Order: sequence, then structure tokens, then C-alpha cells
Amino acid sequence: MKESHEQRRAKDGLPALLHEALGTPDDGGAKSGSGERLTHGEATSRPLQPPPPERQPRGAKVHHRRPVDHNEAAQRFIDAPRHEKMHDERLWDLRQKRDRQMHGIPEWETLRELASSIKQHTLAHLGDHLERFEAQASANGIHVHWAQDGAEHNRIVHGILSDHGARRLIKSKSMLTEETGFRHYMQGVGIEVIETDLGERIQQLDDEAPSHIVVPAVHKLRSDVAEVFARTLGTDPNNDDVHYLAEQQREKTRPLILGADAGMTGANFAVAETGTFVVCTNEGNADLSANVPPLHIASIGIEKLIPRIADLGVFIRLLSRSALGSPITQYTSHFRGPRHGGEMHVVLVDNGRSARLGEVDFWESLKCIRCGACMNTCPVYRRSGGLSYGATYSGPIGLILDPTFDRRRYSSLPFASTLNGSCTNVCPVKIDIHKQIFAWRKALAETHDIGLGKQALMKAAGAVLSHPKLYRAAIATADGALKVLPDFAVTNRLNTWTQGRDMPEPPRETFHQWYERTHGGEEGAQ
Amino acid sequence: MNARDTILQRIRENQPAGAYPLPDLPSFPFDDGGDLVACFLRNLVAMGGHYYDGTINAAMAELFPDAAVIASTVPDFSGNRAITSGTEAGQLADVDVGITRASVGVAETGSVLLVDENLISNAVAYLAQHLIVLLDRASIVTTLQDAYRRPEFHQYRYASFHTGPSATADIEGVLIHGAQGVRSLTVLLT
Repeated sequence: MKESHEQRRAKDGLPALLHEALGTPDDGGAKSGSGERLTHGEATSRPLQPPPPERQPRGAKVHHRRPVDHNEAAQRFIDAPRHEKMHDERLWDLRQKRDRQMHGIPEWETLRELASSIKQHTLAHLGDHLERFEAQASANGIHVHWAQDGAEHNRIVHGILSDHGARRLIKSKSMLTEETGFRHYMQGVGIEVIETDLGERIQQLDDEAPSHIVVPAVHKLRSDVAEVFARTLGTDPNNDDVHYLAEQQREKTRPLILGADAGMTGANFAVAETGTFVVCTNEGNADLSANVPPLHIASIGIEKLIPRIADLGVFIRLLSRSALGSPITQYTSHFRGPRHGGEMHVVLVDNGRSARLGEVDFWESLKCIRCGACMNTCPVYRRSGGLSYGATYSGPIGLILDPTFDRRRYSSLPFASTLNGSCTNVCPVKIDIHKQIFAWRKALAETHDIGLGKQALMKAAGAVLSHPKLYRAAIATADGALKVLPDFAVTNRLNTWTQGRDMPEPPRETFHQWYERTHGGEEGAQ
Repeated sequence: MNARDTILQRIRENQPAGAYPLPDLPSFPFDDGGDLVACFLRNLVAMGGHYYDGTINAAMAELFPDAAVIASTVPDFSGNRAITSGTEAGQLADVDVGITRASVGVAETGSVLLVDENLISNAVAYLAQHLIVLLDRASIVTTLQDAYRRPEFHQYRYASFHTGPSATADIEGVLIHGAQGVRSLTVLLT
């Protein structure tokens, strides 16, 4: 066991590949002036071999008013092994890159504590901070609007665009506008919306939602992108060279950017002290959207507030390192007022956030800064793909956000987790994600929003998890059972997550047994 | 009640009780390996940026001998495309090389801070194919936390950290410089 563990690390100090067949000497990616391979942004730390084409698995099937069947969609993703392995490899690599950045900063844990405390403070005094932001932004010449829900947000933006006679809007990626169904709405009122982030543009052209909050097309292979671009942009269907595809998108999008009537961005942070909002991208597409057309509209969730400019020092140090294992995004832009001759609007959007603020078990999910670290580390997300969740937010953070939008539709999502706690460990703002996932299971069981099979499992799990000694006995028994039970007994119909998966090799002893043996540990003595 | 008042009222009803004090922000020691400038340049290169050791005239002659349209916002070099605060973004669409000055450099990340007053027209920093940034070596600070203590964030309507060029690896994680914005960013220390 120990030997195989050490083999995970290759000679150059980088972690070994999860899927060795994906290794290749060179991927043609950007190099430094002295010829060294660069790994900033969402680049992989090792060059990967492009898998041969394979039909792309599509996301969860949406049935009106029926709960999303994550298991069904996840199974289809797993049944496309080239997609699944590439997805698994790239996301685990982002997690490894994040760890390397973390180890380079001795104060990392202190920064996480600070980030959590700043967000807790802001949320506990959110009314005051929002009013301060509004006053400062207004004083700087920004028009501030408020929207209670997604529909109101869309109507407000439509109104601003109509006032200016705007027909074409260029925008950068924003999860909030995914929440509000913005592109769909704009299509209905005849306003052309052009996504400018490469990944988001791929998803728009393929009529798919983003599958990841930071890398929206991470579930696609280059062959999928070549197919989408050939179909929608008229590129060469036989050319799936990544440089060719990216250059084609640049060339085809630029005239649309130059001819746009308005630009739209989201925001990563909004600073009460100065009325500033901050947008982080690697492509510079948010800055094009904001600085080329005469009109800039920013959609901002009310939980994005932070009190002071100096707080950005904490959050910007954590954000891209947690997200991509890159020290900072290529662009971190601070908008404090409209540029000369331009006009700037901010729409502050609630859409369920003020209600979540009052939920004792769940309000801390509002600390989220949308880095995606929890997704990158999650064994379920990595192997099922973001679209299998059938919701705006996927991965661990999605499991605790989505049910707040629709309890019934997303009732199965909190079960798409092993509760291994890795999400909580990597979260830069210290949201206790795995505990909230479990709390959601209980909340949904109490209101009968989940099926009977899951309720039976929940009762057993609840009894065991609330008694530490019972839990430990159960764990020891479960691992013991794995050694002797044939597969059909473990892979039962109650536990759909084990279908299609080999069970792990059980450890010879549990952590607690090992601790008892080596340290003579005593219950409660710490 | 309008949306604003409804939202604020609901927030105040639901805000978690408890003090949750706003923490002071400590300064952390930063190990620059004994040379702050070298540390800045190392991190700039790791983020895909270039460093040119020489004058702006030499840089232009050596790096961009074929540049047809040059927009300069600094007195150190005269371009051939006028740029004023009234310049429409569209007039900068064919710029080959943009030249501007940063007000701050950050050693931790290799970032340079560009502000609207120096850019004159913000769009030049994104529409140009290549960007050259002049930076006074005395303006390099250690960490992002130090950078955010600077006055620029309270003074200017627009301020942006540029760290290397526009980049994407959205397709299979293959890194490409020049996604939507500049294809290269070169820093010249003055």
C-alpha cells in the first residue's frame, strides 16, 4: 500500500497522472521566452494526450416537476470513458495545483479564517453594507437597481437596454445570469446576447448550461468543440487543433464585440466602502465587455458584498489559487464608476438569498465566492460531470444551493456525495459543506421531499451518525463486510451510487482502531 | 414597498444574530528571496508575461519591428494612433502595439496595476494585439495585501491588475495566450 502511495508522485515532484494513458510529452501549450512549459490559469500541470473522439454524454433529462435523476445522467457520463477520464484528470489536477499554491503561502489557514470571518461579519450586517455600497456607487455616478428575483432582474436589464435602443449585448460569464435564465429571456424579447468567455461561448453555441462554475466546458473534448464550432461558426469540421479553435473564436467574436450596443458582467466582489465592484477573468473578456460599448450593466448577487478595499487583499489571494491553482487571474478589474462618456448600471439581485440568510443550518453557504475548489476535489462530481446535476450549480456547493431554489426538483442532489469532507477542507471561506449536505438530507426527509428508500437509509444513518461509538462500530463492521460479502450484497438497489463502481479495498484497520492501538486513545480525551 | 425596501427589510429580519466582529487585517511576512525586483520578474514570467531589459525604443525595434499601428499613452514613446479620453473604442480595434505605464507592481503575483488616467482609453489595454507596460521599479510592493493599501483604489474609476497576457485553457487544459485580449504583455522597468 505504502509503495503504491509513493508512486503517485513522479520524479519531477508533480503528482502522477490519475490515468496514465493520458500522458504525452507535449500538448503545444504556451511556453515562456526560455522555452519552459507554463501552467498558469486553468492549464494542466502536465501535458495531456487528446482522447480520440467519442459521442459527448449529455446532461440530466429535465422532466417538468419531476425531481432530477442525477444517477441516471451520471451513469451515462461514466459510460463515456474518454470523457470521464479526461474530466477526472483535469479537475484532480486543478486540485493538485491548488495544493501546491497553498503550500507556498505559510499564512494560508489564517487567510481562510480571515475570509470566513469577514464574510460572516458582512452577512450578519448585510443591510448596512448594502446601503453603504448603494450610497457610494450612486455618488460615483453608477445607477443602482434592486431585483427581488430572477424575473425582475431580467425585466430591469431589458428596460435599461430598451432605453438605449440596444439590440446586441456582449457579456462575460456570470452564474447569477444562469440563475435568472437571462439568455433565454433575452432571446424572447429579440435582443442578441453574445457570451465572450471561450468556454461559456462553446456552451452557448451548443445550447448547454455551463458544467462548472469556473471552467464551463470542462466536460467537453476538443473533438466536441470542433463539432460545435463547425456546426455554428462554420469552421473546418476536420480540424480539432486547440489553437485553431481558440483563434477562430477570437476572430469570429471580435466584430461582434466591436459592434455591440451594451456590455454586461457579473461581479466577484462588491466593496461597500467605495462602491467598487471587482471582476476576475483570465481572458480579459469582462474588460472588453465593460470598456468597449458605451453602456455597462453589472449583475451582482447581494451576498457578494465585502466591507473594505483592504479585504480584497485576503480574497484575491485565495480566489484563483483555490479555483485553478494559479496565483491570480490574468485580469482583476475594479470598477468604481462609469468611464468618460460612458454609463454604468448595477443590478443588486436577491433571488432567494435573503430567505437563506434566515436559515440557521444553511446561511453560511452565502459566504461562497464561487471558486469551484469543492467541485474539483469531489469524487462524485469528477466522475459524473456537472451537467448530470441538472441544476445551475453542480458539485458539493450545488448540493446545498440548488434545493434552496426548488426543494422538490433538486431533492435527490444532496445524496450525490460520499460525505468525505474534502469539499469542506478546500473551501477558502470555510463553509462546512459536507455538514450542510447532511443537514439537507435530514431537512428533505422531514418534509417528505425524498423517496421512501432514501428515507429508510436516512433513519439508519441518522441513528448511527448521532452516536460516535455506534458510528465507529458500524464503520469497522462495514469495512469487515466488504472483505467477505460478494459484490451483489454491497451493490444493493438501495445504494445506486455503487452501481458501476468497484468497491475500494478496505483498510486493515480503521483510523480509530489504529489510534487506539498506537496512542491508547480514550473517548472524548483530546 | 419597492423591491429595494422589501429586500432590505427581509435581510434585516433574517440576519444572523451575534456580533461577528470585522477582523483586523494583519500584514504577513513575505519572502522575496532577497531581491524584490527579481521576485516580481520571476512571477511575471510564470504567468506568461515577458520582461524586456532595455529602453522602450530598443524594445519596439527588437520585439515589434513590423508594428503598423502603435498607440502610446506615455511621453516616453510617440505612437502613430492618437489616443484621447474621447477616443471611441472602435478606433483602437486595429492597434498592433499599445504602450502604457503601470502605477504599481506586485511581487507576489507579477501583476501590474493599470488605471484609467494612465490608459486614457481603457479599451486600448484589451483591443491591442500586444501591450508594453512601463513600471518604475520603486513602485513594486510585496503582496496583494500591500497593493490594496495603496490610494489608487480610492482615486480612480477603473483600476485593473494585469498579470501576463490574456489567456485561456478552456479546451482540454491547453494553455493559449491571446484569448480575447492582448497576445503578449511585456514589462519594462524604468
